[in-house]
Amino acid sequence: MTTSLGLDPKKIADLRKTADSITEKVRPLIKSNTTLTVERAVLRLMGLDGTDADGVPLPNVVVNHLRSILGGGIAIPVARGMLHHNLGINELAEKVSAGEISLLENTSVSRTRAEEFLTELVDEQLETIENNRKTREKMISDLGEGPKPWQYVIVATGNIYEDAIQAKAAAEKGADIIAVIRTTGQSLLDYIPYGITTEGFGGTYATQANFRHMRKALDEVSVKQGRYIRLVNYASGLCMPEIVVMGAFERLDMMLNDSMYGILFRDINPVRTFVDQYFSRMINAFSGMIINTGEDNYLTTADAIESAHTVLASDLINESFAKAAGLKPAQMGLGHAFEINPDTEDGFLMELAQALMLREIFPEAPLKYMPPTKFMSGDIFKGFIMNAMFNLAGVWSNQGIQLLGMLTEAMHTPFLHDRFLALENSRYIMNGARHIGDAVSINPDGIIAKRAHHVVDETVKFLHEVEFDGLLKSIAQGRFADISRTMDGGKGLAGVIEKNDDYSNPFALAMARKTGIGEEVTKWI
Amino acid sequence: MDLNLKEIKPYGDTLGDGAVQLSFTLPLKCGAHSTEAARRLVLSMGFSEAEVVNNVDIGEGFTFFVVYGKGCRSIDVTTIEVAQVKTSVWSRAECNTKAPEMFDRKLIVVGACIGEDAHTVGIDAIMNMKGFNGHYGLERYSGFESHNLGAQVTPENLLEKAIALKADAVLVSQVVTQRDIHMKNLTQFVEMVEASGKRNEMLLIAGGPRIDNALALELGYDAGFGRGSYAEDVASYILQELYRRKTSALA
Repeated sequence: MTTSLGLDPKKIADLRKTADSITEKVRPLIKSNTTLTVERAVLRLMGLDGTDADGVPLPNVVVNHLRSILGGGIAIPVARGMLHHNLGINELAEKVSAGEISLLENTSVSRTRAEEFLTELVDEQLETIENNRKTREKMISDLGEGPKPWQYVIVATGNIYEDAIQAKAAAEKGADIIAVIRTTGQSLLDYIPYGITTEGFGGTYATQANFRHMRKALDEVSVKQGRYIRLVNYASGLCMPEIVVMGAFERLDMMLNDSMYGILFRDINPVRTFVDQYFSRMINAFSGMIINTGEDNYLTTADAIESAHTVLASDLINESFAKAAGLKPAQMGLGHAFEINPDTEDGFLMELAQALMLREIFPEAPLKYMPPTKFMSGDIFKGFIMNAMFNLAGVWSNQGIQLLGMLTEAMHTPFLHDRFLALENSRYIMNGARHIGDAVSINPDGIIAKRAHHVVDETVKFLHEVEFDGLLKSIAQGRFADISRTMDGGKGLAGVIEKNDDYSNPFALAMARKTGIGEEVTKWI
Repeated sequence: MDLNLKEIKPYGDTLGDGAVQLSFTLPLKCGAHSTEAARRLVLSMGFSEAEVVNNVDIGEGFTFFVVYGKGCRSIDVTTIEVAQVKTSVWSRAECNTKAPEMFDRKLIVVGACIGEDAHTVGIDAIMNMKGFNGHYGLERYSGFESHNLGAQVTPENLLEKAIALKADAVLVSQVVTQRDIHMKNLTQFVEMVEASGKRNEMLLIAGGPRIDNALALELGYDAGFGRGSYAEDVASYILQELYRRKTSALA
């Protein structure tokens, strides 16, 4: 890449320092709390799965049963129960559900004995996840992968069997990444549905069985196409860490995972989200998944020109939180979007400026670039050209993950051929302009360079304000996306639990050792 | 051009040629056989000619077609009536000037996207300060006090809020329409309002990309606004309709 906008490295370093200072102030809040879904994720990591006779997921059954002592973490009391009753975790949970066993009663099993048992169990369980990671790495090295920007398309039929057929068709025609959109409203469920599902609204339920079904389909087509096809799902909402655990067990490759999205766009309590995102990202980091952050949402809510700096600001905050959870830059699909009003003169140049700017600021991150949505209309022909311009900006600025726009965006979930046409559009543009970033340099006094400098300067100002007021207060003031959320508002607050001094989450430290953050993790969890 | 309104046909490049472009996918393998199938399918739709200009394999045994049909049926437009919103559209400036002449207080508008639908794009476009595409939202209209409750609001909550705020108009947005979920949500809300006995105290307005005035009326709303509607359309309607009701009540 020779496109240099001439951004001042000192200014960029200062931005990162400011972002770190902002997230550091949220750290004590994350450190001192756990949540229902974090504890359910621990149970899932321990191997618990399935539902009781009434269809309630067993992780929910056990967490609800131990609700009064969750401040100490769920692992120890469950380990004690397993040892005392000499039962596997699923059998134990079933008996808890049936009322035959109470884990609230004292057992003869010492804490030390429980901890020893957990150490072994944790190693065993994490090995499964590590093996998935190795399988992915081996498949990529054996089969190869598509050139970046990777072509990301969405399936959303509601029926996982139908999704798999559509995903395979897309992969045959050039898709590198398949995302199964979740059914409307799943983000607000405080549990994970179980089993294969064939009905949904605007998407398909994220369940472990659905993950498995799609993974299998994509593995088949990967081998057939000689190219590893990645699978994505959505770790947002009230079950962030549990979704990531399921993804880690079923070898998903990417997760939508944003540190603030739930707060702003789903009205989930800020404390709940900050705690959930941290542990979920640790699992992402350990399992080798790439996270995708949701900055595109800032521009659909607020104006894309005026609010460009909030995207960079959020990317920096997301990066800082991600780093703290052990994610490497190559795992950070930091987000942005192509949402400027198409009637704007030189609007494309401003889009390009923003894309090149982010490329320069996050050189190793596989940036996640989102297509036009806000100004897509029933004029599918114009929409198709807008998507072409988006693809040009994507290949020019060497994006990592290009979510292909559909010409029928804003009307209905994509038809099979909408996806095909999107892939054709992208293939033509990206192939025809593959090395444009190397061939064309940016005039340092032109509109593009000036626009990039302007956005950076705005971000410096904005982040300093956020640093001064603190992140939570800034969110309450509506600084992000013009949306105001308060610490004691939003969904899921009742599921935030203050930790005791003897809190234990045996997976956190074990994963932290392997991702390289080591003992640092104890500052956060 | 000599138009016969009783026999209107699509216009390609000659009056009355009935030219239509179609594109669709068949769950058939790409080849001569499926191409003929596509051609016959289009003929069966009432075209006298059909030309398959593109057939392409799009994976997994599916084929995408582009077909031109000609000489299709005609329509008698003299008998068609459409339930359009009858009030005229004022600009924001006009609304701001006229509102205080029509009412001695601000009109209260409460809006939300109900059910599990998480899309705020529609309700934001109409209500938020910034509006959409250069058309400011109701929050910038001096004659209104607007409350945008956002998305994923239950019908119960919306009604509760509307009653508590003494709403003059309630805007209900629905974006997700898969399996006609929007119809269910919209109907449920209207039924709840009726059951509460407050139906006559508030204008009920539905909005969304797949909603039009006719559908809204059919579901029991006072008006509906679809794709391409802006805040001024909604504001003008609320002002004029409430003024009409106010003055007709006096008379």
